[in-house]
Amino acid sequence: MAEVNLRKVVKRYDDVEAVRGIDLDISDHEFIVLVGPSGCGKSTTLRMIAGLEDITDGDIMIGGDVVNDVPPKDRDIAMVFQNYALYPHMTVAENMSFGLRLKHYPKAEIKARVTEAARLLDITDLIDRKPKQLSGGQRQRVAMGRAIVRNPKVFLFDEPLSNLDAKLRVQMRIEIKKVHQKVRTTTVYVTHDQVEAMTLADRVVVMNKGRIEQIGAPNELYHNPATRFVAGFIGSPAMNFLPCRLEEVGDKLNIRLTDRIAFPLPPRRAAQYKAIPRTDRLLLGIRPEHIAEVRPHAEAGIEPFDAVLDVTEPMGMETLVYFTLEGAQVCGRVNPNAGARDGAPMRLAVDLNNMHLLDETSGVVLGRV
Amino acid sequence: MSSLTIDKAGPRRNVKYGSMSRDRAWALRWSYVFLTIFAIFSLLPPVYMLITSLKSSAEISAATNPWWVFHPTLSNYMQLLSSNQFLRFFWNSAVIAVLVVIITMLISIPAAFALARMKFWGSAVLATGVFLTYLIPDSLLFIPLFKMFAMFGDWTGIQLINRWYVLVLIYPTLTVPFCTWIMIGYFASIPKELDEAAIIDGASWFQTLTRIFIPVALPGLIAATIFAFTVSWAQFLYPLVFTTSTDQLVMPVGIITSLVKGDVFNWGQIMTGALLGAAPPLIIYAFLMDYYIAGLTAGATKG
Repeated sequence: MAEVNLRKVVKRYDDVEAVRGIDLDISDHEFIVLVGPSGCGKSTTLRMIAGLEDITDGDIMIGGDVVNDVPPKDRDIAMVFQNYALYPHMTVAENMSFGLRLKHYPKAEIKARVTEAARLLDITDLIDRKPKQLSGGQRQRVAMGRAIVRNPKVFLFDEPLSNLDAKLRVQMRIEIKKVHQKVRTTTVYVTHDQVEAMTLADRVVVMNKGRIEQIGAPNELYHNPATRFVAGFIGSPAMNFLPCRLEEVGDKLNIRLTDRIAFPLPPRRAAQYKAIPRTDRLLLGIRPEHIAEVRPHAEAGIEPFDAVLDVTEPMGMETLVYFTLEGAQVCGRVNPNAGARDGAPMRLAVDLNNMHLLDETSGVVLGRV
Repeated sequence: MSSLTIDKAGPRRNVKYGSMSRDRAWALRWSYVFLTIFAIFSLLPPVYMLITSLKSSAEISAATNPWWVFHPTLSNYMQLLSSNQFLRFFWNSAVIAVLVVIITMLISIPAAFALARMKFWGSAVLATGVFLTYLIPDSLLFIPLFKMFAMFGDWTGIQLINRWYVLVLIYPTLTVPFCTWIMIGYFASIPKELDEAAIIDGASWFQTLTRIFIPVALPGLIAATIFAFTVSWAQFLYPLVFTTSTDQLVMPVGIITSLVKGDVFNWGQIMTGALLGAAPPLIIYAFLMDYYIAGLTAGATKG
């Protein structure tokens, strides 16, 4: 087990820069998830850590040693691929022990390690089967088993759950978390699914266009995003962004969305945003769960407004409501019993205690604490 | 004013509505018809050979029904199988074919692996180039090749013309390009993650080739083996040109030169020899067909 450090790592293919100088420190035992849309450089980063891609510039360190020119087999890493990449002509046991056999481990130890990994992953009964006799979930377990038996310094996962159906994905997600809790190996996990990132990670690394947008614990990213990209990427349904500006009314600060709609900011927020010039073009970022039906005893900072619903989506435990505000579609989450109907007017309330204020041009979240 | 009659059933449409199953039955029937015609067309010559091989010379020259044996005899088989000359042809053919298969595989497998997997400058051009060399017909090559080997003999004193082993050197010019080409295809169809997984597991390129690629691409290897064997077994032009002594001949040439004497054709033995000569490839096909068809990559990745 070891730390992994990336120092100004760059990957260039001909004239395309896939990874643009990223710095990342992953501590021992940590579970790091790289998340971002396709083409953001997350898989390339993982493959550079694995040694499957050369790095154009910068340094990668595993356990304190620079491994830029170390071949994959000497980096002491194990990787789980999206399409499992099991050796089709070998049984489960042979698949799992391939790496150990290549390194001429004693037979007894190989057997012990395979048995232990199979037990951990609950695939003991499948040990003599060939990959084609296994289901997708079982194949992915075997692929994980192949990584575990090697007892490497670092586990690398490249979208391991993307080929599984939704239900199995949830189940395997929990399995992966359990395995990590037991073996505690430093893990770098790549996914485009923000739910996977949030649920698995100790820290999430949000990447966009070859750069790291923000690194932080799942809850920190959710509640305190640094940029519009992170704010919009993390959370589902995505955060609403509404053009707005600040205006002074007496000694108070208002946030004006439209000519008709303006809300007074709660005192804490007003203090936070005091320094922002009033003329700036801003965006109000508000998550759907902070737009709900009006409740009888409203706290401070929860401001009511009227909207005509375009569409409602009953989800069972909640109903998503969509309405248009100055041309922008806005999503809210209301109680299923609140009486939301397609095309009907509804009185909603926005919780400004949980708002974010962004600079429209730079996309930076303003007044972060 | 003329009266107008309206057809209550609507205008008649000249369209036949067929069900899928009827379409399929129709397709099936016609495919059987054509397959039968094709089977008859391709099986008639060997059947005729078999019939003739069971006849005595007297019966062949008598003007009886050529499609029926009135006095079956195995004498043609007896004579050929007890003839040292024929057994020599057979032995030469077998040794050459086996050696050519081995040489071809030793060259083609690493070449295909390198061209399919190791990205190096010009690998794509090289792969196409390999295939293009296969397109040059042997009828264009035999004269320069003959000249080459003759000159080689003059310079070094090592005589290669009229030695059976010269064919072991020549046949790979036919088999290597094609076998490399089909194996590039097989190797390229193996998911890239498989060799990446092997490399991370600690395998060298050579181990990746021998322990992952060769077993996984076995159907392709067998297809290439069958091809190399068939080509060297059935070659006619090169052995005709390069070998002349009876003890150096291979079967296809040997049968013609030893059993056709002037304008006397020993048809019974020619047919017998040709049938016996066709047996080894048939046997190999029969044994390897299962492997050939089996999709061994199933289960490697999703799907």
